[in-house]
Formats: sequence, structure tokens, C-alpha cells
Amino acid sequence: MNSDDNSGTNSRKKKGLSLAKKHNLTGWAFLLPAALLIVVFSFYPMFQAFILSLKKGVGQNLTWNGIGMYTRILKDPTFRQSLFNTFFYLIIQVPVMLVLALVLASILNNKNLRFKGLFRTMIFLPCATSLVSYSMIFRSMFANDGFINTVLRNLGMSPVGWFQNAWAARFVIIIALIWRWTGYNMVFYLSGLQNIEYSVYEAARIDGATALQSFLKITVPLLKPTILLTTIMSINGTLQLFDESVNLTSGGPGKATMTMAHYIYNTSFVQSPNFSYAAAMSIVIMLMVAVLSLIQMKVGDSRE
Amino acid sequence: MSKGKKTLMYGFLILTSAVSIFPLYYMFASATNKSVDVVRGRLLPGTELFNNFKALCANQNLGRAMWNSFRNAVILTLIAMLVCSIAGYGFEIYHDKGKDAVMNVLLLAMMLPFVAIMIPLFKMFSQMKMVNSWAAFMLPTISTPFLIMMFRQAARSFPHDIIEAARIDGLTELGIFFRMFVPTMKSTYGAAVTVTFMNAWNNYLWPKVIFQTEESTTMPMLVANLMGGYTVDYGMLMVGVLICTLPTAIIFFCLQKSFTEGITGSVK
Repeated sequence: MNSDDNSGTNSRKKKGLSLAKKHNLTGWAFLLPAALLIVVFSFYPMFQAFILSLKKGVGQNLTWNGIGMYTRILKDPTFRQSLFNTFFYLIIQVPVMLVLALVLASILNNKNLRFKGLFRTMIFLPCATSLVSYSMIFRSMFANDGFINTVLRNLGMSPVGWFQNAWAARFVIIIALIWRWTGYNMVFYLSGLQNIEYSVYEAARIDGATALQSFLKITVPLLKPTILLTTIMSINGTLQLFDESVNLTSGGPGKATMTMAHYIYNTSFVQSPNFSYAAAMSIVIMLMVAVLSLIQMKVGDSRE
Repeated sequence: MSKGKKTLMYGFLILTSAVSIFPLYYMFASATNKSVDVVRGRLLPGTELFNNFKALCANQNLGRAMWNSFRNAVILTLIAMLVCSIAGYGFEIYHDKGKDAVMNVLLLAMMLPFVAIMIPLFKMFSQMKMVNSWAAFMLPTISTPFLIMMFRQAARSFPHDIIEAARIDGLTELGIFFRMFVPTMKSTYGAAVTVTFMNAWNNYLWPKVIFQTEESTTMPMLVANLMGGYTVDYGMLMVGVLICTLPTAIIFFCLQKSFTEGITGSVK
């Protein structure tokens, strides 16, 4: 009888274990396809890019070159120019856009606001356009004889050669970027705000807090994870900017608005292709994205 | 709230909405006008829409580009939904230390800029003789950490009681996923479909690299080509831009509600 009991618990235990094991394996099976795709089509190519960046030559005739391509980057004025452009967009556009998105989201979160859905839809709508499409719209609006200049002329001001002047062209890119992405980030903030009890705001108002105070003391701290997420996404996106540089300004005038991704594309596929050099530059971009993301996460943590 | 503040708030919203809408209206109006009128800054809708459309069809193979873009985006979205949602579900429902570690490693892929992996990917696909194939277009973007994370987050709110009850009823693990999880996560799928379809439809860099024949031209590539000539027909260009924007705009409008709900689930 005693032994019977033992075997009973044993078999139950065995069955329990095998069931847990089965579930564990099922879990692995479920995530395997997605994980494999990321390993094969993201991590492995990244490793390949690194190897490629240490070589030189064309096609299959590659020889080891050490850090030769990396020292070349340091001496390349076009890379410096594209680096400057990309960071200029980053430093101006990302903060302006995120602050604007945050302000819009907290206004739209107001319970007593009318036409909330309508405003939200209209502000989000630019996100429905493709990057190439909106580049074309802005290119045509800011063309020499385009809409903006016509308006300026009618107002008695002198028209601006938007794409002939380096700073004007950069300005157009920044405006276009803010236009395209503010609504997108706003939706993330609006979603984050739904997790904050509205009564917190009402309590703050009763305690005499101004709108600005409750924005800075309630909204911003409680939305921190979402702000972190959108900041990382925006930095990542801006460092990889390509479509706008190609289609809105063609990188011009000269190379005054060319982004790093545009330059890498040209180095790979347009001028005499140099895959190794392009790979070295892309490794540099990857390091920048990684470092900036890590700084962001650290800053985000330390304020906890 | 004081009246002045209220006016300021509505004024700001109306101004922002107007600025958001204007370029889209400009696209619409320009698509219906002659190129010379577009250049002159005419903002009223004209009567040239059909002529511009005819010019576009004569100039470019519109049907082929539409078909290519649709096929690529639809198949990619369907596969991505299946692969990423089941992975997110697997990570969350059966989670243990090992799986959490794998998830953290996969998240690193979010930091990899596409330009960095583009060249090795291109070399890989040309070795496999897959350049110009739609499989080569899709494979690198089917599985994204963003989608996996979104579904993992959604699975967190999926009650374990349902799973236990379904197990007792004799449903297989795969059966629980398809019959219990999928139907209850409509808004997450809505958001995921919106994001994935838009990204696939709008993608420009990777198609530009991997599609090297005219037969595989996609809509964004076609629109970019319209700017390429010596003189630009703005009316025709804007019809192209309009047609390229319509599918994503329609998807967005149809799925708007679940999009905002799904994003809400993912940032919780």
C-alpha cells in the first residue's frame, strides 16, 4: 500500500514534469521562427558588415585591410558633412517634435475638450503618407516657383531659393520631418496618458496647480517610459534618414543636406561601388545609435 | 478654465490641424490641376484629374507598380502577423529565464540601423540568386522586435484561467493560441497590421536596393521616378503621390480605432 502511494505520486510528478517540459518546448517552438529570422537577417548581416569593413577590394577579391576604412572616414569631408547634417536635423527636429507632440497630447487629453477625435485624426493624418510621397509634396510646395514662394511674392516679400541655399534646404527638411512625425509620437503619448487617472489632474487643479505645473509635475514624470521610447525611436529614425534626403533635396545644394544613410547608399550603389567603405560607415552609425540609446536609457533610469 | 485660455487652446489645435491637413489638401488640389497652375500656386480644385491620370498611365506602368506594392505588403503583413504574434505569445505565456534572455538579445536588433545590414543582405541574396524576388524583399522585415514586443505586452493581459480551462477541455497549445488568443486580441492585431502594412507599402530604401528590374518597381519607386525627368509635370506627379497615399490612408481610417487601442496596450 505504501509502495502504491509512492508510485502514484511518482507518476504524477513525472507527468507534471513532462507537462511543464512540454509547455517549455512549445514556448520555444512558438518563438523560434521569429528569433531565427532576426538572427539570420539582422544579427548575421551585422557581423558580416563588420568583417566587410575590415577588408578592401571589389567583388570576391577582398583582402584584409585592418582599420584602413575607419581611418579613411576620419579624413573624408563628405562623411563629415553628412554627419553634421544628420546631427543638425537630430538636435533641432527631435526635441521640437517631441515637445510639440507632448503638448498636443496633453491638450487632447482634456476631458472637456470638444471635437477631440477630429483634432486627433487630423494631426495624425500626415503619418498616412509615404515618406516618398510627402517628400514630393514638400518639394513641390517649396519649389522655386512653387506655392510657398508664390505666397511670399503676394505678401510683397522676396521669394526664397529654398533648395539653392544650404540652410534654407535644411530648414525645409526639418519642417517636413516635424510635419510627418509629430502626430505619430502624439498617439504614443495619448495612449500613455490613458494610464494616468484623470482624477490626479482634478486633484492638482483643486490644490491650485496651474496647467503648466500639472504638465511638468504630473504628465512628464508619469509618461517617462513613453517619452523614453519615443526619444529612442526618433533618434534611431533620424540617424537613418534616407528618403527625405534623396527625394526632397537630392542631398543638395551640393552635399549640404545629404544624410549619412544617403551617403552610404551612394557609396554602395551609385558612384564606383565600395562596399567595404560603406560597411565601415554603417558600423559607425550603428555605434552612434547604440551609444545614444544607452545614454537615453541610463538618463531614464537615474531619474527614477 | 478661463475663456482666454480656452480660446488659446482651441486656436492652437485648429492651427496645428490646419498645418497638418494643408499639404494633403495641396496634394489633392494639385492632382486636379494643370502643371502650370500648380506652379502658379492655384489651390482650388481643377478639372484636370482625369488628364493627369491618363498622362501618368501613359508615362509609367501604374498597374504593375500597384500590384507589386499590394502583393509585397499584403503577403508580408500576413506572415509577419503570424510569426510575430505567436512569438510574442510564446515569450510571455511560457516565459522563463532563458526566454527572457533571448527576448533581451532580440531587442538589440531594434538598435541596428537598416543601412548597416543592407549591403551584407544584398550580397547574401545575390549569392542565393534571389535579387528581384519578393521573398528577398520580405524576409528581412517579417520579424521585428517591435511587433514581438507589442504582442508580448498584449499576452500579458491575457488571463491564465482561460488557458487552464482550455487545456482541461483538451485543446492543444496551438489550438489555444489560434482559438482563444487570436480572437480576443483584435485591437492589437489591428494596430500591428496598420504599422506593418504602412511600413511595407512605404519602404523605399530596401526595394531600391533589391529590386533592380523595371518589372519589380513599387509605388514609392514609381513616384520617385516621376521627379527624375528634366521637366516635372506637377499635376501628374501629384496624381502619383495621391494614388500612392490612398491605400495606407484607407487602411489607417479603417483600423484607426484598433490602432490607438493597440498602441495603448503596448505602452502599458
